[in-house]
Amino acid sequence: MTNATRRDALGLGAGLAAFLSFRPARATTAAMSEAIRDFAGTVKRQEGGITLDLPPLVENGNVVPLTVSVDSPMTAESFVKRIALFAEKNPQPHIGTYHLNPRSGRASVSSRIRLADSQAITAIAEMSDGSFRQTSAEVIVTLAACVEG
Amino acid sequence: MARTLINVPASAKRGEVIEIKTLIQHPMETGFRPGANGRILARDIITKFACTYNGEEVFAAELFPATAANPFLAFTTVASESGTFRFTWTGDNGFKQTETATISVT
Amino acid sequence: MRRLACLLLLLPAAALADERRSGSTYMSAETQAMQKDDTANPGMLWVQDGAALWSRKPAADKKACADCHGDAAASMKGVAARYPAFDAEQGRPVDLATRINLCREKHQQAAPFAAESESLLGLSAWLGLQSRGLPISPDPDPRSEPFREAGRRLYEQRMGQLNFACAQCHDDNAGKRLAGSVIPQAHPTGYPIYRLEWQGMGSLQRRLRNCMTGVRAEPFAYGAPEMVELELFLMSRAAGMTVETPGVRP
Repeated sequence: MTNATRRDALGLGAGLAAFLSFRPARATTAAMSEAIRDFAGTVKRQEGGITLDLPPLVENGNVVPLTVSVDSPMTAESFVKRIALFAEKNPQPHIGTYHLNPRSGRASVSSRIRLADSQAITAIAEMSDGSFRQTSAEVIVTLAACVEG
Repeated sequence: MARTLINVPASAKRGEVIEIKTLIQHPMETGFRPGANGRILARDIITKFACTYNGEEVFAAELFPATAANPFLAFTTVASESGTFRFTWTGDNGFKQTETATISVT
Repeated sequence: MRRLACLLLLLPAAALADERRSGSTYMSAETQAMQKDDTANPGMLWVQDGAALWSRKPAADKKACADCHGDAAASMKGVAARYPAFDAEQGRPVDLATRINLCREKHQQAAPFAAESESLLGLSAWLGLQSRGLPISPDPDPRSEPFREAGRRLYEQRMGQLNFACAQCHDDNAGKRLAGSVIPQAHPTGYPIYRLEWQGMGSLQRRLRNCMTGVRAEPFAYGAPEMVELELFLMSRAAGMTVETPGVRP
């Protein structure tokens, strides 16, 4: 093993350790948990069946385009009632809530949001049967050069 | 009156799922940001959006400061009958604006 | 003859056209999509403002833009693509925003719009839209040539506490990154632009002022002769590239 590759390996190891120790802390941010509890209560949320489509690397946190969609029929018997978005590192984690009904035809909403920093975005859908679905996406926010000073 | 940009197809087949896109000119001042004098600028955002189709609500949104300036929302609905879509944005400082668009369904 | 010489000077740039890239080509697919879709491009909100101003009389007894110029789609086609243009009365080239304001004062007896005001940006965006898809065609008036040369010198001149020239970033290091952002080639293809950083619309001069602040230089004032000279040079440098107004940029 040459010095260079050992340095690389050590660097990677340290980075990975930092990443792993960081993750759980972020997921349990009190404000984030509270915002989610306000929306979804304490019902167990199923992972999957919901898709959050947004760029993994965004050019400016001021305007981040995203689409959230739920794999569900939209009929009187079975439909998506609400979809909410949360960002753990924003000053206020709750980004927005979208209300749908059987007349929506599809459970898909697009918007543009603000992200204060690189972070995980969580989308939660409330189904007509009272169940909840959840998904998350990691986003890296880069900053513009030569901002107005 | 804030400028808006609303895209509803002029016509559709009955039962077709159509996409509606809306944009409205609004700063969405977060209430977290200092102004030029260093003091926090007061929050001034749109808090609610609703779309009705011949009087019945087909989509609504609750917005918070994390919705980008000049809010953009795109959603879908089933074209059921010819008629009118009514879009209403309400927000801080008494902000309220309503726009309409028509669709012909065959 | 001077006009011919001027056109010949522009030829090498045209020959290298395939190496020139609009800033929009560096953007993410999402931001490109935002620009391309007129029903999703926030710049279209300002275009609407401009369209309304175009046909609105500034006062009951005054003329609207449309009263003289008619249908902007016909009369204003290609206009934004060739500004700044030489103005004989001023004895120097004027940028599009100044042209709008000169017209307001002279023909509409109305107060000029403030720099970067929503109205001025709206009308500029509306006029820019009339040139969308057309090639940038710099002012061929030979009297503009010394001003264009002055613009080139400014572009190559170091300024500010960081002591950088425009050319050092946008020629020597274009395509590389400054922090997380790609350094574009600085072709003014989409102005006025909806810049995500601004969360609003702004002119080329606002963008130039951002760059000047970035290198810790005292920015030139809006409408300053140096600004017009820089604009003139940048438009010549981008000759033949396609107008994208209203552009969206990060």
